[in-house]
Amino acid sequence: MLRSLQIEPEKCTGCLQCEMACSYHAEGVFNTAKSRIKVFTFHEEGRFVPYTCTQCSEAWCMHACPVEAIVINETTGAKEVIDDICVGCKVCTIACPFGTINYNTETKVTYKCDLCGGDPECAKACPTQAITYVDSDHGGLERMRAHAAQNLPQEGA
Amino acid sequence: MAWTRKVLRVNLTEGSLQEEPLNMEWANDYLGQRGLATKYLVEEIDPKCDALGPDNKMIMTTGPLTGTMAATGGRYSVVTKSPLTGAIACSNSGGFIGNEIKSAGWDMVIFEGKSPSPVYLYLEDDNAQLLPADDLWGKSVWEADELIHTKHQDPLIRIAAIGRSAEQGCLYAAIVNDLHRAAGRSGVGTVMASKNLKAVAARGTKGVGNIENPAEFFKATQEGKKVLAENAVTGEGLPSMGTQVLMNVINEVGAMPTRNMREVQFEGAGKISAEAMHEPRDNDGKPNLTTNGACFGCTIACGRISTIDQGHFTVENKPQYWGNSGGLEYEAAWALGSDCGVDDLDACTYANFLCNEDGYDPISFGSTVAAAMELYEAGAITKEHTDGIDFSFGSAEALAKAAEWVSTGEGFGKDLGLGSKRLCEKYGHPEFSMTVKGQEFPAYDPRGIQGIGLAYATSNRGACHLRGYTIASEILGIPEKTDPLETEGKAELVKAFQDATAAVDSTGLCVFTTFAWTLEDIAPQVNAACEGDWSADKMLEVGERIWNMERDFNMAAGLTGKDDTLPKRLTKDMAANSGPAEGKVNNLAEMLPKYYEVRGWTPDGVPTDETRQRLGL
Repeated sequence: MLRSLQIEPEKCTGCLQCEMACSYHAEGVFNTAKSRIKVFTFHEEGRFVPYTCTQCSEAWCMHACPVEAIVINETTGAKEVIDDICVGCKVCTIACPFGTINYNTETKVTYKCDLCGGDPECAKACPTQAITYVDSDHGGLERMRAHAAQNLPQEGA
Repeated sequence: MAWTRKVLRVNLTEGSLQEEPLNMEWANDYLGQRGLATKYLVEEIDPKCDALGPDNKMIMTTGPLTGTMAATGGRYSVVTKSPLTGAIACSNSGGFIGNEIKSAGWDMVIFEGKSPSPVYLYLEDDNAQLLPADDLWGKSVWEADELIHTKHQDPLIRIAAIGRSAEQGCLYAAIVNDLHRAAGRSGVGTVMASKNLKAVAARGTKGVGNIENPAEFFKATQEGKKVLAENAVTGEGLPSMGTQVLMNVINEVGAMPTRNMREVQFEGAGKISAEAMHEPRDNDGKPNLTTNGACFGCTIACGRISTIDQGHFTVENKPQYWGNSGGLEYEAAWALGSDCGVDDLDACTYANFLCNEDGYDPISFGSTVAAAMELYEAGAITKEHTDGIDFSFGSAEALAKAAEWVSTGEGFGKDLGLGSKRLCEKYGHPEFSMTVKGQEFPAYDPRGIQGIGLAYATSNRGACHLRGYTIASEILGIPEKTDPLETEGKAELVKAFQDATAAVDSTGLCVFTTFAWTLEDIAPQVNAACEGDWSADKMLEVGERIWNMERDFNMAAGLTGKDDTLPKRLTKDMAANSGPAEGKVNNLAEMLPKYYEVRGWTPDGVPTDETRQRLGL
């Protein structure tokens, strides 16, 4: 079963545990500046919104890459950057409409969410379940359940 | 090791910046943040120096767990000599800048001297610069934040700044970071202004590594998070209600200081409580509270994000206050509300916004306004002082105006910026001032809760609930319930809370975790992150060492055991007039000698040579 990261911003408190978990897994240090997932604070609106790669099926980054450094992980469905092939041309960062693939000035290659090989650290670290890792075919399952619960048949009806 | 082992020394007089290695010998004895920075301060300044002169220093410091995944590991502190109390000041704040400074590679920044003209410190990893701030001077915290972000074209910069109140000499000015979190107490913002330092802007991309034992660290922090999540206060009460969860509880036990502490229960508490913040308003159908928000790394998320009713008189035609910002915490709601007799939630929220916008402590501000209201009722202050405004208790208009004046230092704002002690002395009624060592009381009445009275009287930074939160035991039963009206055993209780808190304040973690955690939960996290052996026992010893070091500083600064006192109103003149504590005063005299004894101090409150030797001071 393929899974996807599901983000529910209304549950996010902006604590950045996800960013720390992500950066530690990928970089070996707690470093929100290098996190693949970012939480945005909308101060005026009083909202916190986590955002990361949605692993497009026809991924712009993958199609744009001139050296085929971005490949599909058949197990997880993640589009992964192969560091040894990437030449750091950054065309993928231009191609991605969402800004979720970025260039790392230290490693000189681009980086993006790779779903941690199928066990995403951000989802595990989130204390409020604002980020979950769910069945890709039923991303809307919990929302369906919530709406279904509003329409429970009345007792005796 | 968790420490970055690097200190940045900024000489503002000369405009020079220098990198130094962190003194690891001291780190082993004082851990970090509050303890370690205080050690640096007491070694480097004359305790008798003028707090607002160039000889005072100001240290912004992180802890070893700041910037890590430990729950709440994002704290920083500001350590300096306080202009409000003349004693040691150490104000702790959350938000996000603590992590940013640490991530840029610095354990602490020591500011010394005084800049000839306004500057701000810009930290981008190793690249540290003092930049001109002439255009920022005279601006609010919120304006300065925007201007710095715009100038550097970097939305990820985190900023701590002072507002206009500090520039105008308000003695309880705060340093506000991330728009609405603050190193709030004891006038640390006033010290920053005295150095012509407008802001610290940080951007860290190095991250925090060097965890001594990563596997152990993840295990310990995971376990810690589980404890927080499963605890009723940290897992449920604080996220949904914020610290405001206490308003109705404390009012019911008759320990809610009201109208400058003349009374102990506020009839309007329900209108400014957590419950009220959840109620939809008539005007727009929205509640005051939009959501809860977390500081860096915090899995509790007690922060309040609120709006003011756009139809409220305080924000009419002022769209700049119509959006969300930091909402009322219990201390602010009490000081701005109950202590001033104001039960107008929007007026309190407005005053709270202004405290953040221009950087001043809502506890000291609210208490000072309460004192002014009593002076007004006594005829010592008249409408001539207050620009024709009725300053009676309960006036939301007076509260809002007072905040506007203190923000800018205009009109009566200069006097209100003096704080309660100096204001009451100036207008001939020192007995109206509800302060210890010149610092205003927080939101728990020592007549209804005896132990907290001893904690206030002996607090090293003047009246404060965060130096020994015996409320946990006396009201909430954490770790075990003690009778709030009983004095027996409170000396030991206060000492235990004071020492443990000093240790927690030195880690980079938030003291609110201790609603659920003891040092037994915290020590394994510190131990796994840091080199050396960090048991709960060692942390407690470090805490006691810090407490005595702070005490030594205060004594050298000229304070004595005579300053360990409470206003007569609370010990003699005015017994609690309602509730479970009716007829009670605080029996400090019963507790204080015992406290000195359990501390290993002389009957005059001076640490004995034996005690100092035992603690390696």
